[in-house]
Formats: sequence, structure tokens, C-alpha cells
Amino acid sequence: MADRAIWKGILRVGAEGVPVKLYSAVIDRAVRFNVLEKSTLTRITQHMVNPETGEEVPNDRIQKAYEVEAGVYVRLTAEDLEKSKPKESRDIEVTRFVPASHIDQQWYDRPYYLGPDEGDAAAYFALAAALENEKREGIARWRMRNSRYVGALRSEGGYLMLITLKFAEEVLTADELPRPTGRTPDAKELKMAEQLVLALEDEFRPGDFHDEYRERVMKFIEAKAHGLKPKLRIVGRKKETTSLADTLAASLKAVRGNKERAVA
Amino acid sequence: MPKKKQIERPRSEREGFWSGTLSFGLVSIPVNFYPANRSSHLGLRMLAPDGTPLQRRYCSSRSGKELAPEEMVRGYEVEKDHYVVVSDDELEKLDPGKSGDIDLRRFVPVDSIPPIYFERGYFLGPGGKSTKAYQLLAATMAKTRRAGIATFVMRGKEYLIAIVAENGILRAETMRFNDEIRTPEDIGLPEKPAAAKEKVRHFEQIINKHSEPELSRAELHDETSAALLEIVKAKRAQKEDVIVTGKAEEEAAEPDLVAGLKRSLTAYGRRRASRARTVEDRPRRPGARRPKPRQTARSRASSSK
Repeated sequence: MADRAIWKGILRVGAEGVPVKLYSAVIDRAVRFNVLEKSTLTRITQHMVNPETGEEVPNDRIQKAYEVEAGVYVRLTAEDLEKSKPKESRDIEVTRFVPASHIDQQWYDRPYYLGPDEGDAAAYFALAAALENEKREGIARWRMRNSRYVGALRSEGGYLMLITLKFAEEVLTADELPRPTGRTPDAKELKMAEQLVLALEDEFRPGDFHDEYRERVMKFIEAKAHGLKPKLRIVGRKKETTSLADTLAASLKAVRGNKERAVA
Repeated sequence: MPKKKQIERPRSEREGFWSGTLSFGLVSIPVNFYPANRSSHLGLRMLAPDGTPLQRRYCSSRSGKELAPEEMVRGYEVEKDHYVVVSDDELEKLDPGKSGDIDLRRFVPVDSIPPIYFERGYFLGPGGKSTKAYQLLAATMAKTRRAGIATFVMRGKEYLIAIVAENGILRAETMRFNDEIRTPEDIGLPEKPAAAKEKVRHFEQIINKHSEPELSRAELHDETSAALLEIVKAKRAQKEDVIVTGKAEEEAAEPDLVAGLKRSLTAYGRRRASRARTVEDRPRRPGARRPKPRQTARSRASSSK
């Protein structure tokens, strides 16, 4: 039995329409806290208050406005806000395709799995296979729940996935920043640093990493809930070492030493 | 939600959002974190019917009395209405590693990380007395096309990151942990049928016909915010719904982190100052769209009368 889809749409690819269901590909595992009143340990409440009169303003009397310059606001009515929203549509328009490794990591935002809808699984899986064979990803545009999205349509393990992309206005890129100044490393240091990176080269194995901190926080909370007072210790910081070249040489020696021992 | 660390000394622009130390072998590289992402939504203010900007107040649910920051604590709900209080100090001490230490012990090909993992970006500005080690790591990351992988705790949360370099600048991309990502099996997607060769070929043809070498940044424009800003401009021009309070938005002076990052990148080696052109002097790449920070969008709206 499949999970409940969060949305249904139709992928428009050329003259083809592929009906799909959208599922979240991520699970939120963050530890969520509440803000409490210290003396009563009860939840606090939030109020919007007119600082001139000290009076609370109820939700239905609050006006929304954009501050165009200091102290000057343009009020936005419910109709104004409605007007800026996109028209409802089920279409996921795939306008074009780019090489699969072309989009830089910093643009990817939130991933969704797509599943076939209404029986037409053949077109769904054929599109996934074609994207994989051609090593391409599609650029898709769609409107979902009053918002416009741009995303990358990808094939992951034979299934279609839609990853929303961040808007241009949301991303600061390196080419908008000045290159760092100051003394640059010399050829010998560069060579050693490269050797060190290559000595520490590995595959990306996401299963090797765990959110240990989250586990510790949850254990700590459990212990406290049982009336225990777990001891916490403060860990000190590392000391600075000698010259960059000497430190690199020592690092390389240490890494290589470890590798040899591992082999022996 | 009130700010978590009310008692913390305010951070300067140069110090960024958080400070840590990258460990590369035995080399330590102090760095400051600056967010590379920001919201593109127009920040709207809430006003009273008479136009006065409203303020958010936190109150006791028992007495209704307004609460000062020191009268509030953070609690985890272990069962209904039963909370365990956790302090900032405790969260800090629960960090298993050396506080602020980011140990780069693995380097993987940049392109080998599936995009499903990436979440947010932070630029790293050099934080120590010299940028040499910083520049060394950036040059090496760029040359080898490798990303340094590490986990570390920042502001009460553990992050898995990939450190990459571009334009000589280090960037940390935060990634989801494996248990935060679902699989097609978790969702219950149907099993793949045997490929319908004709259909696959048909889609391949469509893909080839509509392929282009790259995605232009201009295509990633936030149209909803732009549409709203157009409405604001039109209303202002017609003097419709314009409220002049004479009272500026009461904002705690937030440090301009982008300015701080630029300064931290160019603060070193005065003699080379002529080489350190600021971003405004650099020729724009054709078609490159510059993100508009909130302040810029606002000043632009107000200057076009």
C-alpha cells in the first residue's frame, strides 16, 4: 500500500501527458522544543500589540503592509495578495532538459518522489528510463498550493523525482563575492595539500554518518524526564601548531602511517 | 519564537553567523559562517487599523502577563503538558566533539553526491590572522574537484556538510542525514515493469529535441514576489493605501552579513589591495541575475517614484 500522495499533477513533456502523484522524499527528524514560561512550565502565548496604546490587535483587524521607505507603508489587501498568487493548475510543465550534472549543488532545495497515477505506469517508467539513458534532467515549472515552483525532474534508481530549485533571489553565489586576498600558498604547500586530499579520498557513503548529537539530546531529555541529572563535560580546543608546510608534512606522515598500519 | 540566545554577546558583521575551525590533517583553519541563502519573500509588516506597526509580545498563558526573555525557557514535551527544560548551556555541552571543530577526514568527488542530500549553503570567510591555509584548502578543493565531508554541531543542531570551493571561496553545503531521506520502497511505489522500448525511445527523442547545455539563472526568478512588488509600486504611484507613520520599522540592527563576508575576504594583505576589487567593480556575467536582498528590493521600490 502506497503512502498518501500530497498532490497530483500531470507531467507535460512535449505532446505527452504523464499523470503523477507527489510524495515527500524527506522526513523531518529535528528535535522540536517549545517556549515555556519559566515559573509555571506552561506554553506561552503570542500577541500582536499596538505599542502606542498597549492594546492587542486581533487577527481579523491586522493589516499587512510593505515598507517602501522608513515609516512609509503600502497596505496590501486580501485581494492584492490573492492577485499575486498563481492560477490553479495540475500541469507540471517540463520546458527543457540539461545535462544531469550541470546544476550546481547550491540550487537544489526540497526533493519529492513522483509515482505513477491512474494506471499509466508505462509512460512514467519510460520517461524515467529515457532521462537515465540520456543523462539529462528536466526543468519543470508547476503551481502547487498557491505557490509557483521551479524544479529539476530526475531519474533516481528508475523512479522519477522532482527536486525544487531555489529562486535566483534566494541564493548568493561565489561569483558575486571578491576572491580572498592575502598571502597565497606556494607550490610545495599546494602539492602537499593535494597529496593529503588524495590520501583521504573516499566514496560518498551517507550511511556512515549519523546525527549523534540528536541521539545524545534525546537521551539527555529522557534521563532528565526520569529525574536524573546527567553529567556534562566541557571539551577543550586544540592548540595552534607550527608552520603550514611543516603541519602539512606531519599530516601526510600521519595519514600514510595509518594506511600502512591498516594494510599490515 | 523569541531569540534563543538572548544573553549572547551580539556578533559583528565580520564574525558572521557562527565561527568554527576546519581541521585539514593537522592544519587548523578558523572560519566564520555566513548564510548563502535568504528568503525571496517580501517581508510584510503587520499594522494596527490606525497604521501603527505592531509588535509581537510573549505572554504567560496563566496570568496573561507579558514575559521578559529571562522569564522563558526551552522545553521538550515528553508527554502531554509535561515538559523537560533544556538550557542553551546543556545543549552546548552535549556536543560530543570539540566545540566548533569541523574535522575534514574524507574527501569525495563533488559530482558523486546525489542532489537529494543538499539542503542549505553557508559561505565560509577566513577567520584567523592569515588567509594562507584557507586559500590552500580552497585551491586544493577546486583543483581536485573534491568535497570535504564532515559532521559538526552548530547552534544546537548537528550538520552533515560538504565543503566545496568556487572562485577561491569555501562554501559548506549542509546535507540531510540518511535517515531523513525516504526510499521508493518506504513510500510504496510500484515495482518497475519491463521497459517499453518504443515509449522509452519516444521520450529520448523529446529529450534530445528540447535539450540545452545549461540552465540560466534568469529562469529561476521568483515571480510571485515580483508580482506583489509590482502591485506595491502601482499602488504607491496612485497614492492608494499609502500610510505615512513617520515611524521607521523597529528593527534590531541586524548585522549586514553579506558586507561582513566581503570584508572578511578582502581584509588581508593590504599591499594587494588593488587586486581586491569589490563585487560592484566586477563585470557582470551576461545573463547572470543578481539576487535582491530585502533591503535592496525595498530601496528600489522606494526610489522608483
